[in-house]
Amino acid sequence: MNIFDETLTSLHEGLVSKKFTSVELTEEAFKRIAEIDPKVSAFLALNKEEALNQAAAADERGYETGSILNGIPIGIKDNIVTKGLTTTAASKMLEDFNPIYDATVVEKLEAAGAINVGKLNMDEFAMGGSTENSYFKTTKNPWDTTKVPGGSSGGSAAAVASGQVLATLGTDTGGSIRQPAAFTGLTGMKPTYGRVSRYGLIAFASSLDQIGPFTRNVMDNALMLEAISGYDPKDSTSANVEVPKFSANLTGNISGMKIALPKEYFQEGVSDEIKTAVEKAAAQFKEMGATVEEVSLPTLSYGIPAYYIIASSEASSNLQRFDGIRYGYRAENIVTLEDLYVKSRSEGFGMEVKRRIMLGTFSLSAGFYDAYFKKAGQIRTLIKEDFARIFADYDLILGPTTTTTAYNLGEKSDNPLEMYMADLLTVTINLAGVPAISLPGGFSSEGLPIGIQLIGDYFEEEKIYQAAYAFEQKNDYSTKHPNL
Amino acid sequence: MAISEEEVRHVANLAKLKFEDNEIHHFTEQMSDIIDMVEQLEKINTTGVAVTTHGYSLKNVMREDIAEPGTDREELFKNVKTAEDGMIEVPAILENEGEDA
Repeated sequence: MNIFDETLTSLHEGLVSKKFTSVELTEEAFKRIAEIDPKVSAFLALNKEEALNQAAAADERGYETGSILNGIPIGIKDNIVTKGLTTTAASKMLEDFNPIYDATVVEKLEAAGAINVGKLNMDEFAMGGSTENSYFKTTKNPWDTTKVPGGSSGGSAAAVASGQVLATLGTDTGGSIRQPAAFTGLTGMKPTYGRVSRYGLIAFASSLDQIGPFTRNVMDNALMLEAISGYDPKDSTSANVEVPKFSANLTGNISGMKIALPKEYFQEGVSDEIKTAVEKAAAQFKEMGATVEEVSLPTLSYGIPAYYIIASSEASSNLQRFDGIRYGYRAENIVTLEDLYVKSRSEGFGMEVKRRIMLGTFSLSAGFYDAYFKKAGQIRTLIKEDFARIFADYDLILGPTTTTTAYNLGEKSDNPLEMYMADLLTVTINLAGVPAISLPGGFSSEGLPIGIQLIGDYFEEEKIYQAAYAFEQKNDYSTKHPNL
Repeated sequence: MAISEEEVRHVANLAKLKFEDNEIHHFTEQMSDIIDMVEQLEKINTTGVAVTTHGYSLKNVMREDIAEPGTDREELFKNVKTAEDGMIEVPAILENEGEDA
């Protein structure tokens, strides 16, 4: 089997028609991981024994047409807790942390019969855009292993792009699904805030974090999202709204759809090749019967400062729980309790995590709160209003996902500010809470993938998938893959 | 310099973090650059604008006050480094009276 020719649906059909079993699929996935992963370093931990047991159980249950994920191997980002399977968030702080429960998304995937083959590398506590901030290893871009895979969900992206599994879960706080999807030529969805339960997601910035899928195509992405979505009483910020069957109505018909193209997305700093790819996509959407009109999103440039204040403030509060006492890293040779807190945290967290905690603590501290945290919260309102104004007249917003294609490993790792500025095109979406997808939109002259972004109004993932599917049908970008 | 080394030490103290003397200079420079960047927001007029703290507008979520089984005590201790008689062991907190407690 050539995994790059398969989809979740084709694997499902193979299982139903007894062409192969889930045990065979899962063994093959581990074989691919053994061959390919040494080149890209996507996985932090494998779940081999348990996965093969689950696969055997799926084979035992048998396959019914329609329950598509049943028996199919997938991977999970390592900030999503898995009962009995070490979950580190790529931090020394949680190097030996063994969760006693499953995240709701893990329970849902298990209920759907999906087989979790292992945990995927990331920037420590999801803070970063290159996966170089992992305490354990540096993941590489399968298209060019001298380049970053993006981040923070770099392992989730590299595992799919290199053909180890067809689908993984990532998380997106400021672009951490969409940017690695763009850098590795995948489809990655950041759902509406509240669409997917965050119960069991190790919190970074609670008002921004969302879990979402990475896949090689739109249909697979829709199938994954419908499996993990829905209200969860264990997450009071999950939304009690109906979950449409995203995969059911993908027709490719977008006639009459109104698409907005913000002129700010074409500003200086966005590479010409990426601008051209977006313009080409806009022309294709027009040909397919959609209206594409230029609009203005003037708050775009406020996104990065507001995001870094809000996300870091929430992180500084969320990460207070790592105190060396109930779980996680504990420093040795401690005399006082204060010592225990300070040494455990200073030795257990990496530099980028410390930077964010410091910026957040500063923004929330006496004398600075109004000028930083409160101000950023007001800017967030302006950003939301900007999106609301566009969505009053348009179905979707089209733009680039990233300002450049994947950059060199090490290029920005000691320049945090430059790393932050690269999030220009993704962070405002998290601040507003609306859904957005990145999908393959072409290749640079260097042969690196380019991502285009489609943004929808709250809970309108269906429209996003419809337009993404139509675009995918017109192009062959999703069929391309790296040769490792 | 938007923030001084002294301020960085103060914030580190609030955050229960400690930086080595040889790290603090470089770290202060990086923090200053980041703070200069976020200070761009000062220029934007936000008079009368409400503060948004959530990604999606939700009202308070209530449920019936019905007891449900909690988590098993032994399981909760699974990731504790040292425990004694069902309690988590920590360093003495009264040795430096008034200073740390």
